[in-house]
Amino acid sequence: MPPDTTLAAPVALLPQDATLAVRTARRQRRERWLTHFWLLLGVLVFALPIWITLVGSTHDASTIGRGDVPLLPGTHGLENYAAAFATGGSGRFRASPAGLMLWNSALMAMLIATGKIAISLLSAYAVVFFSFPGRMLAFWTIFLTLMLPVEVRIIPTYQVIVDLDLFNPMAGLTIPLIASATATLLFRQFFLTIPDEYVEAAKIDGAGPLRFFRDILLPLSVTNIAALFVILFIYGWNQYLWPLLVVNDRSLETIVVGLAKMIGSGDAQNEWNVIMATAVLALLPPVLVVVLMQRWFVKGLTETEK
Amino acid sequence: MRKKVIFKGVALPLLLLAPQLAITCVFFLWPAGAAIWQSVLQQDAWGLRTEFVGLRNFEEVLVDPAWREAAWNTLVFSAAVATSAMAVALFLAVQADKSIRGANLYKTLLIWPYAVAPAVAAVLWLFLFHPSIGLIGRALNQAGILWDYKLNGGQAMLLVIIASAWKQVSYNFIFFLAGLQSIPRSVLEAAAIDGARPTRRFWTVVFPLLSPTTFFLLVVNLVYAFFDTFGVIHALTGGGPGKATETLIYKVYVEGVQNTNLGSSAAQSVILMVLVIAMTVVQFRFIERRVHY
Repeated sequence: MPPDTTLAAPVALLPQDATLAVRTARRQRRERWLTHFWLLLGVLVFALPIWITLVGSTHDASTIGRGDVPLLPGTHGLENYAAAFATGGSGRFRASPAGLMLWNSALMAMLIATGKIAISLLSAYAVVFFSFPGRMLAFWTIFLTLMLPVEVRIIPTYQVIVDLDLFNPMAGLTIPLIASATATLLFRQFFLTIPDEYVEAAKIDGAGPLRFFRDILLPLSVTNIAALFVILFIYGWNQYLWPLLVVNDRSLETIVVGLAKMIGSGDAQNEWNVIMATAVLALLPPVLVVVLMQRWFVKGLTETEK
Repeated sequence: MRKKVIFKGVALPLLLLAPQLAITCVFFLWPAGAAIWQSVLQQDAWGLRTEFVGLRNFEEVLVDPAWREAAWNTLVFSAAVATSAMAVALFLAVQADKSIRGANLYKTLLIWPYAVAPAVAAVLWLFLFHPSIGLIGRALNQAGILWDYKLNGGQAMLLVIIASAWKQVSYNFIFFLAGLQSIPRSVLEAAAIDGARPTRRFWTVVFPLLSPTTFFLLVVNLVYAFFDTFGVIHALTGGGPGKATETLIYKVYVEGVQNTNLGSSAAQSVILMVLVIAMTVVQFRFIERRVHY
């Protein structure tokens, strides 16, 4: 409730107070419109690049190539998307067919997200509920990975992949990205809030550690798992540097990397209509995940950063 | 807070930790160690002899004009991305925090760019700013402003900044909005009763109370601009024109993949590692303080 009305309302009996109230109300209405204006402007600026891309993906190559950027959808949408799915474009800079790249991206994102969640759940469980020698050492080793993003150790990590002969198979693409300090910290934080009585009760009922994990801890963690999954799926889908480096087999190309390849050096002669269709396909899945699972997404985002 | 009731056993917890620790050691610690080891070695031109050179690789990197240029680019780029993404996000969050109709719809429409990959964001903005097919690029050229980010280094830098910041605004928006909503209404009402105008109220009451969020976001945004924007630069400019948009990360990538100067590349990686570690330490120290706050 805006505080100005609460001030003006109870004493709005005198004439000058009445005009004050009217003026306040008018000012508030103007401010509300201004708020809507700024928010709308923000929304439009955010949406503009997507709109142009969406529109461009429904026109033919020559319309876009001429530079007559259309603002409304055209009639070539189906063929453009069909071309993207069939061949990945026919220009000099070709990518794999979009269907294959979408599949690769989805597989990579799923493997990274589930892998990260699985091994982080297990290690957080071990660190919180067991006392064993080397517990703190293990915890700090995992914590350390937070400080070593793949970008700063590109070449030596690549060297490990070469040495292990992990080339090309999905394994080389996903396993090195699966270690997760953030997820482990999140689950650790959550496990620490679980009352000791739960463990005691489980022990009295004769449940072993694995049973406790499966029947009590896992169901309690569902919310956290869902929230984390949204974040990690997007993280996995959007990977760029690592796939660019590791994948040299066309059949494993992901759509984000493939899209960037189609741009080449950005010549005006590119098949922009097909590229735009591919761009829409590349951003649709993660955007849908965010929009449809907004509540989990916001929760996951704000909790992983604590 | 320690658990009082704990399961016994050594084998089981170690088994549970095994996958995480194995990946951490093989793909994180080992490569990081290898980078440090290589950074103090130098190979001769034929790769036949390797000798220990101490800190000479670091010296060479730090005085190399190309490295200094990349460091300067990184600084300009990161500062611009962080400040613009945070300023726009704060402004929009303040607007969305007001009680107006459709606030939730606005929120949804403002957070989705988070899901767009940096490389895809680059492609989207390329469609707008391409000198011959882009809506804005063409308009600029028609208005008499020579616009071609493929030839003009400053324009290329501007474009990678816009594409990178655009994507990051949503993230900052979510955190600023959460921060604004956690400010007690009574504090704001007290300021209003004291007669402070809305703008003054914002800078003297709201903004100081937001400072933990702001500082946290500053670190996150700098880390983002440093490391996660590789895709933007690679897809949009490839570090060019010339080396106008080559950042430190991009330089490590280019030299590691194309050149064979392992010692220099490793030394550059180690410098970056020190930077990340410093940022992480700052972030965590600060978060500890925020808990007390």
